[in-house]
Amino acid sequence: MRALLGIVRRDLLLAIRQGSDSVAILFFFVVAATLFPFGVGPEPNVLARIAAGIVWVTALLAAMLSLDRLFQADYEDGSLEALALAPTPLGLTVLAKGLAHWLTTGLPLIAASPVLAVMLNMEAAGLGLLVAAMALGTPSLSLIGAIGAALTLGARRGGVLISLLVLPLYIPVLIFGVGAVDAALTGLSPRPHLMILGALLLLSLALAPVAAAAALRQALE
Amino acid sequence: MHRFANPSRFLRLGQAVLPWSAGLTVLLLAIGVPWALLVAPPDYQQGESVRIMYVHVPAAWMAMFVYTTVAAASASALIWRHPLGDLIARAASPVGAWFTVLTLVTGSLWGKPMWGAWWVWDARLTSVLVLLFLYLGHIALANAFEDAGRGEKAAAVLALVGFVNVPIIKWSVDWWNTLHQPASVARLGGPSIHPAMLWPLLVMGLAFTAFFVTLLLMRVRSEFLGRKLRALRLTQAAQGMAEAPAGAEVS
Repeated sequence: MRALLGIVRRDLLLAIRQGSDSVAILFFFVVAATLFPFGVGPEPNVLARIAAGIVWVTALLAAMLSLDRLFQADYEDGSLEALALAPTPLGLTVLAKGLAHWLTTGLPLIAASPVLAVMLNMEAAGLGLLVAAMALGTPSLSLIGAIGAALTLGARRGGVLISLLVLPLYIPVLIFGVGAVDAALTGLSPRPHLMILGALLLLSLALAPVAAAAALRQALE
Repeated sequence: MHRFANPSRFLRLGQAVLPWSAGLTVLLLAIGVPWALLVAPPDYQQGESVRIMYVHVPAAWMAMFVYTTVAAASASALIWRHPLGDLIARAASPVGAWFTVLTLVTGSLWGKPMWGAWWVWDARLTSVLVLLFLYLGHIALANAFEDAGRGEKAAAVLALVGFVNVPIIKWSVDWWNTLHQPASVARLGGPSIHPAMLWPLLVMGLAFTAFFVTLLLMRVRSEFLGRKLRALRLTQAAQGMAEAPAGAEVS
């Protein structure tokens, strides 16, 4: 447990000292979302209808863009090998790194999402649910993304490849994340959507570290 | 099963099976295609366009069956380190991707007259589209590394992760009540489709399966031979380097 907290602390410290990465991801999130009013026109009704989708899709893309720093730096400087040799099971190490990744990218995205949603004319009833759904959904994004990041370590054109691998697996989170907000806006109960998001989180908590650890072992062989 | 994990034994067996599976493919297609396209009755609602089913449904079965094969081969490659598992996964994946494309294209052609749209964002269609993306990701990942072995291992992990999609495809029509019709062949309580249509459909399904087996055996063999060739060239190059006189000019 202490080793895990140590990894989380180390990754957080690295992220804070390097600083610019998290801010750049957040900036991407905001800029990409502001493209939509230009693309579909600034009509308030249209924007309100698609606000949840815009916020979720851009959050998905932002989370995906940040994945390369999950293992890449550690892979290049060799500390990943040291982590793999440590007595802590590699799956738990992945979990700790995923947690650190979520704290540095998922949390800022969650914090920024209601602001973007207001700018896109989302009704107030949807805002709380958007945050709740993002809080349940973004950890899954970090965990599923960890699989993709581990699989593409050392690959040619890793950046393009990772989108091909990860985005299809992100689709369920997107569907139910948007579904929860839409349900609240149309007066239905968002509970089933949130519960499925929770189930997806539990599933990725259980399976993603195992799969990512297997992929990391292949990368380090 | 481990007995047949030896590539050369598998290839010998494959060479023995190949003419039979190829013959079976031709025979079943020769029976199934005329039966499905000429003999089987038109549907009372859909008319003649129901005949698209005899290609669409077997192609969709194969899309899922091939992915299951890829996942099973990948699992055996990861667990027992069978080199044959990697070979089979690499050989089967593009075939499965083409079956998926065939499913989507025939479905689209069928959807236009029946639903009035080439494409709808229905749960079944979307999950099959995701299956195609998984196939493409699998193929791209397997070829993305300098070291072919590393690519295959990574692709194997992806194949296992992506397997979650297969049950979603199967039951998507039951979980979400959308446009694509629910299961009518493999379901509890027996098939709800009339035998006059069921039999040609099953023959076409078997024909597609035999076609896949034939193609897989051929592709595994060529993959294996290609690998041998590469290894031979490498040793030849290494020997050439060693034989070159010490002071020779390297231009």
